[in-house]
Amino acid sequence: MQVKALRNGTVIDHIPSDKLFKVVSILELDKIDQQVTIGYNLNSQLLGKKGIIKVAEHFFEEKEINRIALIAPNAKINIIRDYEVVDKKKISLPEEIKGLVKCVNPKCITNNEPMLQRYKVISKDPVVVKCHYCEREMSQDEIKLL
Amino acid sequence: MESKNLVSITDFSKEQILHILDLAEGFEANPNQNILNGKVAATLFFEPSTRTRLSFETAVNRLGGKVIGFSDASTSSSTKGETLKDTIKMVSNYADIIIMRHYLEGAARYATEVSKVPIVNAGDGANQHPTQTLLDMYSIRKTQGRLDNLNIVMVGDLKYGRTVHSLLMAMKYFSPTFYFVAPEELAMPNEYKIICQENNIPYHEVSSLSQDIIDQADILYMTRVQRERFTDLVEYERVKDLYILHNDMLENSRENLRILHPLPRVNEISQDVDDNPKAYYFQQAQNGLYVRQAIISKVLGLID
Repeated sequence: MQVKALRNGTVIDHIPSDKLFKVVSILELDKIDQQVTIGYNLNSQLLGKKGIIKVAEHFFEEKEINRIALIAPNAKINIIRDYEVVDKKKISLPEEIKGLVKCVNPKCITNNEPMLQRYKVISKDPVVVKCHYCEREMSQDEIKLL
Repeated sequence: MESKNLVSITDFSKEQILHILDLAEGFEANPNQNILNGKVAATLFFEPSTRTRLSFETAVNRLGGKVIGFSDASTSSSTKGETLKDTIKMVSNYADIIIMRHYLEGAARYATEVSKVPIVNAGDGANQHPTQTLLDMYSIRKTQGRLDNLNIVMVGDLKYGRTVHSLLMAMKYFSPTFYFVAPEELAMPNEYKIICQENNIPYHEVSSLSQDIIDQADILYMTRVQRERFTDLVEYERVKDLYILHNDMLENSRENLRILHPLPRVNEISQDVDDNPKAYYFQQAQNGLYVRQAIISKVLGLID
């Protein structure tokens, strides 16, 4: 890729192409001051087409980065310091998800009241989450992000 | 009960369920007590339910408490667009306990997060109605002398009927054998059958209420096929009369058999069953009073 290598920062690799801009929005990369390089529709043996994001001089908290686990479960996080990869992390789904997801049940209180959604992660593979309020379970293909 | 709220039967352990039933026995023996003296209970019925509301209000009144509230959301400020949060916050300034029925699922759980007084869920949409489950358990234990190893036949709308789902979740601690009698369209959802499998609970699924099944039942739990659950009314017309219990079907049934129904019934139990001593649905509703007295006193911390 014709982009200058990162000196310090974070590289998020193996993002499904169709989820790339959602990841940008969840991590609020449109609101930060540091340099962000976004690669879209790059070739990937694993995913066919993938996205990659490089963020200079920025390191995410684990809690923050795990928010993308629902849409990019196979993403890899590389921590770069002084042009070297010093740490590689996998993303893992947290036990509880706050916000982010719209409950599939139209009669759920969360769809009718201005409030924060909460879900318990019942299973990580396959992904099943359960609404803390209406108790409805949702599988991966029912999960719609807000 | 560690929690000072009652939202869902699944929040309760086996021991907590049994404890509530024991307390309810005390209230049945002595229903008029003054333990709520000076307390105010709010009954907020965002969706009308006369039977449940009267039962709760009677429970409070017989314990010497006072009741405020509304029986229909059209008389409350929720019609002006007030959020549930604001209503609950306001009422929790006035009352010592809030008993609420809401048409939205999860409303009671959310109320516990914004209220400073205990919340008792009197039904949230199709989700939970835990006091119904506890009164069903109370009725089963009272009529059978035990909760363990019973043949429980559930009939009617097993797909949308929250009472049968919650009863299943609570009875799973007591080694029952279940018979699920429903048409395919209204069959017991898979998640509950999985729960039976995980707990080694035998269950049989059948589509007709046969004499065989009635004759080996200890509890026959009848439910109404609810018109409001159907988008296709043709479908409703087709299934609504499939399971009607008549008195002559009970001829060879067990002595200890009791027929339960969460009420209101439409036509699924014929009137000629009412005089059979095995019909228990009206006493069942009466038991709701004692169970609710126990729950209210318990969440308020007024009894151990």
